[in-house]
Amino acid sequence: MSHTVMQLLLAAIVVLPLLGAVAALLPAPPGLKGTSPEQAVLRHGVTVTGVVLALSVALAAGFDHDHPARMQATTDLPWIPALGIRIHLGVDGISLPLLVLTALLTFLCALYSYFKMPSGPSPKAFVALLLVLETGTLATFAVLDLMLFFLAFETVLIPMYFLIARWGGEGRERASWRFILYTLLGSVVMLLGLLLVGLDGGTFDMVALATDNGSSLSHTTQVIAVLAIGVGLAVKAPMWPLHSWLPDAHTAAPTVGSVLLAGVLLKMGTYGFVRIILPVAPDGAHTFAPYLGAFAAVGIVYGSLVCIALARKGAKGDLKRLIAYSSVGHMGFVLLGIATLTPTGVNGALFANVAHGLITGLLFFLVGAIKDRYGTSDLDSLAGTTGAALYGRAPRLGGLLAFGAVASLGLPGLAGFWGEMLAMFGSFRPADGLSRPAFLVFMALAGLGTLLTAAYLLIVVRRVCMGGDVDPAAEKAGLMPDGPALADVRRYEFAAWSPLVALTVLAGLWPAALLGLTDPAVQQLLAGGN
Amino acid sequence: MGSLVQSVDWLAIAPPTVTAAVALVVLVVDLFLPEDRKPLLGRIALGGLVLAGLSLLPLLRGDRSTFCLTGPDVAVTACSYTADHFTLVIQLLVLGGALLTGLLSVGAIADSKLPAGEYWFLLLSSAAGAALLPASRDLATLVVALEVASLPAFALVGLRRGDRRSSEAALKFFLSSVTATAVTLLGVSFLYAATGTLHLTEIADGLGHVDPRLAVLAKAGVALTLVGFAFKTAAVPFHFWVPDTYVGAPLPIAAYLSVVGKAVGFTGIALVTVVAFPSYADVWGPALAVLAALTMTVGNVAALRQRPDRKHSAVRLLAWSSVGQAGYLLVPLAAAGYSGDPSRAVGSTVAYALMYAAVNLGAFAVVALVARTRPDNRITDYRGLTSRNPLAALAHAFFLLCLAGLPPGVIGLFAKVTVFSAAVDAGLGWLAVVMAVNVVIALYYYLQWTAVLFKGGREETGEALPAGATTAPAVRVPATLGAAIALATAIGVVLSGAPQLVLRFASQALL
Repeated sequence: MSHTVMQLLLAAIVVLPLLGAVAALLPAPPGLKGTSPEQAVLRHGVTVTGVVLALSVALAAGFDHDHPARMQATTDLPWIPALGIRIHLGVDGISLPLLVLTALLTFLCALYSYFKMPSGPSPKAFVALLLVLETGTLATFAVLDLMLFFLAFETVLIPMYFLIARWGGEGRERASWRFILYTLLGSVVMLLGLLLVGLDGGTFDMVALATDNGSSLSHTTQVIAVLAIGVGLAVKAPMWPLHSWLPDAHTAAPTVGSVLLAGVLLKMGTYGFVRIILPVAPDGAHTFAPYLGAFAAVGIVYGSLVCIALARKGAKGDLKRLIAYSSVGHMGFVLLGIATLTPTGVNGALFANVAHGLITGLLFFLVGAIKDRYGTSDLDSLAGTTGAALYGRAPRLGGLLAFGAVASLGLPGLAGFWGEMLAMFGSFRPADGLSRPAFLVFMALAGLGTLLTAAYLLIVVRRVCMGGDVDPAAEKAGLMPDGPALADVRRYEFAAWSPLVALTVLAGLWPAALLGLTDPAVQQLLAGGN
Repeated sequence: MGSLVQSVDWLAIAPPTVTAAVALVVLVVDLFLPEDRKPLLGRIALGGLVLAGLSLLPLLRGDRSTFCLTGPDVAVTACSYTADHFTLVIQLLVLGGALLTGLLSVGAIADSKLPAGEYWFLLLSSAAGAALLPASRDLATLVVALEVASLPAFALVGLRRGDRRSSEAALKFFLSSVTATAVTLLGVSFLYAATGTLHLTEIADGLGHVDPRLAVLAKAGVALTLVGFAFKTAAVPFHFWVPDTYVGAPLPIAAYLSVVGKAVGFTGIALVTVVAFPSYADVWGPALAVLAALTMTVGNVAALRQRPDRKHSAVRLLAWSSVGQAGYLLVPLAAAGYSGDPSRAVGSTVAYALMYAAVNLGAFAVVALVARTRPDNRITDYRGLTSRNPLAALAHAFFLLCLAGLPPGVIGLFAKVTVFSAAVDAGLGWLAVVMAVNVVIALYYYLQWTAVLFKGGREETGEALPAGATTAPAVRVPATLGAAIALATAIGVVLSGAPQLVLRFASQALL
């Protein structure tokens, strides 16, 4: 495909959702009114995100897979010459998978909402916010200018805040407020770091800075910059101990909010680590890598221990909260992979990134569906005394949940496995100059984490999917009010979930498809951008 | 021997002159107008401001100056009035700010039964002084312009007859301002004693080789002169008059003071520091840096502590936040004292001020709109504004996010970035960090207010949903007020799309 077409594709992918958001606020034109204004605007959301998905698939198809390390579909226009800020867009093997993942998940969310609009105020604002959110995330992965990156990074905050605060569940005001404060606090610090890099390096252009590979930045500058930028990204990722906004936000968010938060927003943090910190300030990254690795390892163990605590009987654990904490653990693997500073580790991190987006996205969909059916996602009230017996009452839903759980615990052959394995491989032999014993300890902790992860996910499967065998007396007494008549997976749910299932299997069986894209780009980033 | 007769370049001095002339016209016309035709005065005044704004166009090349020293013994060209690019930008800001204030005032005059003739005369006079100030290049003109801008403002603050708070605010404002002016005048006289001239460029020249016995006098003169201007920008510790004055003044005047009043102050500071006192950069640089840090911290912390359910909390919050914003405006001026190229640092302040002027006036316009139905103006009154008046709520959210520096308020973000980079460029890392902390504090209260806008209003939930069925006075927006909000929004949106329009001043040598 010619360069111009690719250019236009990428620009359209970033701009289209924004235009769609504006259009969503306007009244529907004649001929597109649908059965009701609500239906029309929700359909508008599906259409726009669908077109964006189609465009991003076309972009992936036109992407030169022989040279994934090269920036492709680049646009480079001056925007604010006074500050040296340029509209510089482009994709390479690192950003392309994330771009497609974002387009896919947003489309699935729009599709899901078309049939199952979360309860709250008008769908008009909902669709507009969803589309603004999409623009922000897509732009984050597509821009190659530090200031634009920051702008895109911030753009997602306000829509996500409103998605949680307006369409969320219990405790949403506190959760959304906490979410926005935490991330803003982080990002202001990040802005300072980015400015320091830009002003000292003489340019905000990520490609130029990566090619420079930190040679124009002094060691002190790099250390300060990595600390500042890293804090902002670590809040978003989230890294233990900066994660505490996440469980609340996930618990309160509507289903699609959770899916996008876990599937896409968290990736922006780890993507920033790979795209900015590693190539732009390698010395600083080197200095902080052991600490990052340590925090990541603690996060893995911490996340899974909390999950076990939540999954226990009588703990009043919320399923959404549990998945949120499992995200902390999974993102720990991603951060550990990055901390190794090796191609293996970083590739693993990027793989785990995508895998987590697919699997956790699916899990949040499933938990949302369970919550809709039972009216609660509290594990104890779901499971009752013997278990929720989803296998018996809604076999397909139960099967999917079990599938999501085993994929999440890293069963070989599914997407979750490769990323975590590569991250641990990477920490077995970290980059030169990093303390190997320390990383061996991190690897051991991560290994322990995988065991604990398996433990709590299996507990969840046992308590939610299995069980039943209730004695008829109790059933008559009304202990299981909506017992046998539980709706199984509906058609639209199938439509929204099956792509995630298929991709999870595909990525698990054919990891080379993804690694072949990321590896050359990662090699180049670590070797100094050329 | 050269001629001592000066030829006056009338075109160059048109912007302040037109404003002043229209002010006089309004005053005279007021005498002959019957009571029911008073609204005509507003139209004359607004037309005059537009005309004054248009008179900037022929000056765009920025190379005119007038009232110059003539005679054979004048070494450096010293003019009292210069229409360079700096002047033009600030005049645009002042006249635009006055125009927006005027649009706010039309409704306020009718609602609060303010004396129209006096009001418009005072507003235009003050604007004329403010437009003269950036062009003045000698200390006498500067002080006169400062006073012409301030004296009508005292009267405007106290214009709400029979309102005790209004009179008290005016008195407070007047006494503290006059003290500051007296101090400035003392400083000016010291400088005159030390250098023997009032022209800024000649002072710069003279301060280079002051008689060592007069060095202390010169230094004291520099410090005292700055005090008066620091007062106008409401820099800490000269800020205490702000909240009460803003609350007591008619709302458009509070908006005017928060934008044009500040513009006057920082223009004065920029002129005297960069043009007149470059050799004393080691004195005023650190002083301004400390002043900036204090101002933003005190302003933002106080704004943070405003209780949303207190009476007039909306205006109080904007008052304190404007103190905080004044701190950001001072940062590049402080940086000018450290960097080798001070005039570029001034450009960052100008860029920031333009952004701030548009969005702050916009925010005040929405506050004025809400105040029509909720005279107590608590922040809690904004609950559910989205359902009562979605457009105003969206505009207000946009203004607040611009002030906070968050997307979609892109221009607010990049204006802050220029200020940051001015500080970092000058090696004022600590000031950048203080500013970052302040930006976070400010984010908190701006966001909190934004969030209130979108919360479901408890008492409105019943009446708000059927569109058009709401009670009439709550929905009808007066045309001028609507125009003010629309204008400010348009400026903000255009600047967010093309920040280069104002940010280019940050990369130019303006002075």
